[in-house]
Amino acid sequence: MTDASAQFEGRGRPSLRVQDARTRRRNAAEKRFRAYGLVAIGVGILALFVLLASIFGNGSSAFFQTKIQLQVPLEEKALDKSGTRDPEAMKKVTTVGYGRVLKAALADLIAREGIEIDGLSKRDIDSFLSKEAPAQLRNHVLANPDLIGTTIAFEVMTNGRIDGYFKGRVSLDSAELDSNVSPAQLHLADALKDRGLLGTGFNLDFLTAPDASDQRPEAAGLGVAIIGSAYMMIVVLCLALPIGVAASIYLEEFARKNWLTDLIEVNIANLAAVPSIVFGILGLAIFINFAGLPQSAPIVGGLVLTLMTLPTIIISTRAALRAVPPSIKDAALGIGASKTQAVFHHVLPLAAPGILTGTIIGLAQALGETAPLLLIGMVAFVREYPGAPVEGFFDPASALPVQVYNWTQRADPAFVERASGAIIVLLAFLVVMNTIAIVLRRRYERRW
Amino acid sequence: MKTVKYTVSALALAAVSATAAAARDQVQVAGSSTVLPYATIVAEAFGENTDFPTPVVESGGSSAGLKKFCEGVGENTIDIANASRKIKDKEVAACAEAGVSDIIEVRIGYDGIVFASDINGPEFAFTPADWYKALAAEVVVDGELVANPYTKWNEVNPAFPDQDILAFVPGTKHGTREVFEEKVILAGCEETGALEALVGMKGDEKAAEGTCMALRTDGRAVDIDGDYTETLARVDSNKAGFGVFGLAFYENNTDKLRVATMSGVVPSTESIASGEYPVSRPLYFYIKKAHIGVIPGLKEYAEFFVSDDMAGPDGPLAAYGLVSDPELAATQAMVAAEETMK
Repeated sequence: MTDASAQFEGRGRPSLRVQDARTRRRNAAEKRFRAYGLVAIGVGILALFVLLASIFGNGSSAFFQTKIQLQVPLEEKALDKSGTRDPEAMKKVTTVGYGRVLKAALADLIAREGIEIDGLSKRDIDSFLSKEAPAQLRNHVLANPDLIGTTIAFEVMTNGRIDGYFKGRVSLDSAELDSNVSPAQLHLADALKDRGLLGTGFNLDFLTAPDASDQRPEAAGLGVAIIGSAYMMIVVLCLALPIGVAASIYLEEFARKNWLTDLIEVNIANLAAVPSIVFGILGLAIFINFAGLPQSAPIVGGLVLTLMTLPTIIISTRAALRAVPPSIKDAALGIGASKTQAVFHHVLPLAAPGILTGTIIGLAQALGETAPLLLIGMVAFVREYPGAPVEGFFDPASALPVQVYNWTQRADPAFVERASGAIIVLLAFLVVMNTIAIVLRRRYERRW
Repeated sequence: MKTVKYTVSALALAAVSATAAAARDQVQVAGSSTVLPYATIVAEAFGENTDFPTPVVESGGSSAGLKKFCEGVGENTIDIANASRKIKDKEVAACAEAGVSDIIEVRIGYDGIVFASDINGPEFAFTPADWYKALAAEVVVDGELVANPYTKWNEVNPAFPDQDILAFVPGTKHGTREVFEEKVILAGCEETGALEALVGMKGDEKAAEGTCMALRTDGRAVDIDGDYTETLARVDSNKAGFGVFGLAFYENNTDKLRVATMSGVVPSTESIASGEYPVSRPLYFYIKKAHIGVIPGLKEYAEFFVSDDMAGPDGPLAAYGLVSDPELAATQAMVAAEETMK
């Protein structure tokens, strides 16, 4: 004892109350490490915040749209020359004809309201409305031929630049220089707004309408992309979940441990790290060129994403199966259950929450994937909605992430807003899916 | 049990996919990103005004589109390839090898290439010679071939302001690059007399042209492999930089860009149509004749595209920035007669 205390004294430790140099160094190192951690988290949160702020700042306006109320006289001599009200005969009048009707209605409105603006040319009035409007009116009239001869109240979108004016993207100064909008048009928009004829409201069409060409960014929507993404997720779920679960159960519960299963295991782990574009090349070669499946179709996208998602699902399923205590299976086997019964009656139900969580995370990953879809023709301008399942899986469609990619390449600045709006929709889907995964895990996962 | 059910449904799905490949009822188009906006405008109007479904239009570049086009004949191959350049003999041969022998070539109009900088920058009046001197890798000074010594625009031409040389040019995978090299850099090389001097030095015209068109790699000529939106973003962040754009893109962004004149001509659809503005090129699309009559609406789409209502001087394509073809009537007749390339 005395020897020991003599030793301490020999190392020159004066008091417990005063820290020696080494302790101070250790404490300082710990403080420094905590500070590094805080800085790391701070940088992460800041980056996320900047990202979200820029996306929401740019994109939230995509959910609003400026529209104008018009009284449109549908005259028989302009729209139904035959006078038969037969839609087939009325189809002869193209959107050009309906465009003229709308322009006349707008000019009429300006005259009726007594709006006078310096320098407002006929061309300004003609280009005030969206180029999508004539098509909407035409479809409306062809669906209800009896409207001919009456005057209907019709709400139409304004040109993307006018819409941009109310969203702060276009100003009177920029309009001076812009060849697609004139300050007179903006004054007209202000005058119409003061009279309550023009307003900006919620834009459901952004979620339901199909894509539109460069000349009408105001009409572009995500309808086809959302359906396409949903179809692909259905295909992925229907293929990846059963295949992945079956493979995991076999590998985990039935397969003998030998070099072959080791090899498979290594390959699955490798497959999870393969860049996704590789799956796109594979999909193009096998599903389109060899199997002859159609281009731009959700079925091909789904099959490619299935290949990509399989390793994720297999790895998480095997982890979930392994987390079930062996005692449960042993008890089942002990009372005479077959191996299959033990697995399907006891192990699998207990592992189900873990499997579902892994599947949902895999699906969320697949939902945001763009690269493999580039190669199989999904980055396309698609305006027709795909049909109902199962035939609809073979119709051309777009997908949410490729729609974002597509819109960022367009020349018209209004598409910047649309692209950010699409990112918001995509993020919303991802947040919902990940939340479901977390809730499932929290509620049903059991720990032993 | 659940797994069994899943497996059965998966097998059913796989079986359906094997027997599918049902008749395609919409036209499929792929190719040049320069032609893409025009093709989508036409496709949209075509879908609206006819009973045929809206064609599906993919982008990806002229070369990629023509490669896809030449993959063969059949419903899982595309019907039309858009291109911002003429199809090459090599590509025609590749097509023929895959069984695509009857190709209809349709010229839809012309596209101008413009040089623009930030809206608040100074005005520039270029000639091809200025661009050659500013961007060539090697220039001829006093009869000697030296690495490009110029760093400021006023060194190239005393009339220009004291501004760093910096240009964002389309990358080599773009059809626009070829036009830029031939109609601007090579023309400038000839104009300055450098081409002649180079032919004397190299003794071979091809090698001399190659030297002319090689752009400097010291960071003053930046290749943009993306599209014009990327070029615009670069010009936006670097106010002294010049971007090379398509006329249509510029026309849609006149509030952000100041366009420079070339040889004293302001680029516009009129000056390009009259041939005054020197830097322009024709745009095409190619139709697989074997698909006409098999894919519903294919011929109708082609005819609709070149109709006066669409591609004419007052049509929506001209409004977007396409320079309409003075010989459009001949093209219309050619499409109607389904005349193939020789």
